[in-house]
Amino acid sequence: MATAEAVQEQQIRRERARGRFLRRLGRSPLHVLLVVLGLLWLVPTIGLFLTSLLSAEDYLEGGWWQVFSEPSKFTLENYSAIFDNEVITSSLVTTIWIAVGGTLLPVFVGALAGYAFAWLEFPGRDWLFVVVIALLVVPLQMALIPMFRLYETFRINDTVFALVLFHTAFGLPFAIFLLRNFFIGIPKELLEAARIDGASEFRIFFRVILPLGLPAIAALAIFQFLWTWNDLLVALVFGRETQPITVAIYRQLAQFGANIEIIAPATFVSLVIPLTVFFAFQRYFVQGLLAGSVK
Amino acid sequence: MSGASISAEPPSGAAPPAQRARDWRSYAVAFAFLAPTLFFLGIWIVYPTIRTIIRSFFDRSGDRFVGFDNYQTIFTSDVLLTAVKNNAIWVLVVPALVTAIGLIFAVLTERIAWSVAFKTAVFMPMAISAFAAGVTWRIMYQQDPDQGAVNAGIAAVKDVVAPPGVLSEAAPSTEAVVGTPQGGLTFAEPVEPGAVVPLGLTRIPGDEVPDDSEQAVLPEALSAGITGVVWRDFKPGGGTPGEVESEEVGLPGVTVELLNADGGEVASTSTEPDGTFAFDDLEPGSYEVAIGAKTFAQPFNGVSWLGPRLITPSIIIAYLWIWAGFSMVIIAAGLAAIPRDVLAAARTDGASEWQVFRRVTVPLLAPVLTVVFITMLINVLKVFDIVIAVAPGSVQDDASVLALAMWRTAFGGTSNLGVGSAIAVFIFVLVVPLLLLNVRRFRREM
Repeated sequence: MATAEAVQEQQIRRERARGRFLRRLGRSPLHVLLVVLGLLWLVPTIGLFLTSLLSAEDYLEGGWWQVFSEPSKFTLENYSAIFDNEVITSSLVTTIWIAVGGTLLPVFVGALAGYAFAWLEFPGRDWLFVVVIALLVVPLQMALIPMFRLYETFRINDTVFALVLFHTAFGLPFAIFLLRNFFIGIPKELLEAARIDGASEFRIFFRVILPLGLPAIAALAIFQFLWTWNDLLVALVFGRETQPITVAIYRQLAQFGANIEIIAPATFVSLVIPLTVFFAFQRYFVQGLLAGSVK
Repeated sequence: MSGASISAEPPSGAAPPAQRARDWRSYAVAFAFLAPTLFFLGIWIVYPTIRTIIRSFFDRSGDRFVGFDNYQTIFTSDVLLTAVKNNAIWVLVVPALVTAIGLIFAVLTERIAWSVAFKTAVFMPMAISAFAAGVTWRIMYQQDPDQGAVNAGIAAVKDVVAPPGVLSEAAPSTEAVVGTPQGGLTFAEPVEPGAVVPLGLTRIPGDEVPDDSEQAVLPEALSAGITGVVWRDFKPGGGTPGEVESEEVGLPGVTVELLNADGGEVASTSTEPDGTFAFDDLEPGSYEVAIGAKTFAQPFNGVSWLGPRLITPSIIIAYLWIWAGFSMVIIAAGLAAIPRDVLAAARTDGASEWQVFRRVTVPLLAPVLTVVFITMLINVLKVFDIVIAVAPGSVQDDASVLALAMWRTAFGGTSNLGVGSAIAVFIFVLVVPLLLLNVRRFRREM
């Protein structure tokens, strides 16, 4: 008897809780509004995903929302097709190379400079730092034409290498700005202790600065990764055969509609990685964003 | 005391050779740390910036100095001027909207327990490339309501508010009815109460005859009313036009209007499954009977979001979708930093929520709002990816912005590096003061 009562009581409590929830939802239009807005914000991304799961014929007939009434129309064929598509797969590999190179190099070079600006003594240091920060104002449009000519002279146009170098240079001012400001907050005693122990500056950099600066380095790396992964303009200018996924999709856009079964899954694949990075490192992402609102 | 004597300056004159050597060594180390940076910044930013500025004063071939001609071209060529005008629209509209939306979202979610879920949903587009977001919206904006979700949504609403007519086309079966479907089909003769009006139609596509239609019937006359029938005056194998015969069906759901002698509408009704209609309790007099144009209202064919007229607003909506999250997160962080007791004090003093928002919250948030606003101004001046993704090739001239015009001028089919450089410098000149403002503000806060 006792257990039956307990169960009943629990049920009553649960129902009450649900009733409370519904009542509150009904009482406050604000909650309803936010639920609607939040869902509305998700519609485009979900729509893209569902489009990528439809055959071209089905899509042209009735849009992605038909999968709610006819779930049998789901197919993974588009995905197996683009992973068999030489152009798409090689552009994904290119994107990975650009993003990895375009992240590691500027973060490392920026960390070296950040340390020098934070902890090394040399004449003209503050003045030089201001110059570096001032370069933040240069939009990359200013570099496209001369660098295209220069790359041609050195015959490195249309290589991953050329793209990585370009991303490195334009990532540096922000990287240095962010890392210098973080490194300068590292306790002076730690550095001095290492110096007294006779450690070289390089040893201090690798053993003290890099480990302690990890939060800032991580935030910067995430940003730089997303920035290079998502780039279109730089790759469009310096790449012909060397094309990341954004350029590969861009070249498909001319026949938009006829090739929706390529465009939709390729676009979705291109944003799976950034979204994963975003969800995995959300905390760093927001921090970096706050620091980066000057960029 | 002893500490002071140890670190005291060396006696006047040159530093001891040992210390000078130490200084030089430490400078060399500093240089080693900075060398890669100087290499990259020098070759990839400083050198091209100078080159581009110089190049912008030379003609297409790069041989002839043309002064400010290239800059003049920006404001005289139709295509480039469109880009300037569009970018001006972006500058005037977008930063203000992004800041306002971010502020509203931040304030609305401030005291909501599940705000993290909402913020994640709104912020998510920030991680996606502007290009991929543009492609996503291009799919949303397809004109056919069977493909584009935006038009599908509008169509769903419109079908409820103003349903499409039951028929798309028809023609009078006899000369007793005159007019066209779009202008309204009218019974040629004026009628008086007591009349029975046959409105025969032909040339109706077979699949448009409503499912619930029944055998047409010529209704009884009413002494103080006008009755009639709207039917499909067509019988396989012949029949007499103008007569209601067996196997001819009534047209239900047709709007029938009763007009007075001046053409003003007296009453309106809808036909029954057998095609009949009736207007009762009429004043004596002369009337006209017509089939309303509503019967032939076209179904919704979709707004042309990607057409030349709407393209810029369409792209801006997609852009707001991306950046609202950024603005919201930054402003929410500023909001969280406002001391609670200030707001509580205002409320205790009897201020309404609106007054608290208007007089306390917004002024305290002003620095954060400014940062968001200026950041968006800079972004908007450089906007590129999303425009190229949303706008189909045929309307890219209409949607163009400075960065797109620069790329197309310098690297498009007819490459003009002089004008391309001038556009780049133009963007640069617009961005510089804004960025300096932002950096200064940011450094002051640190």
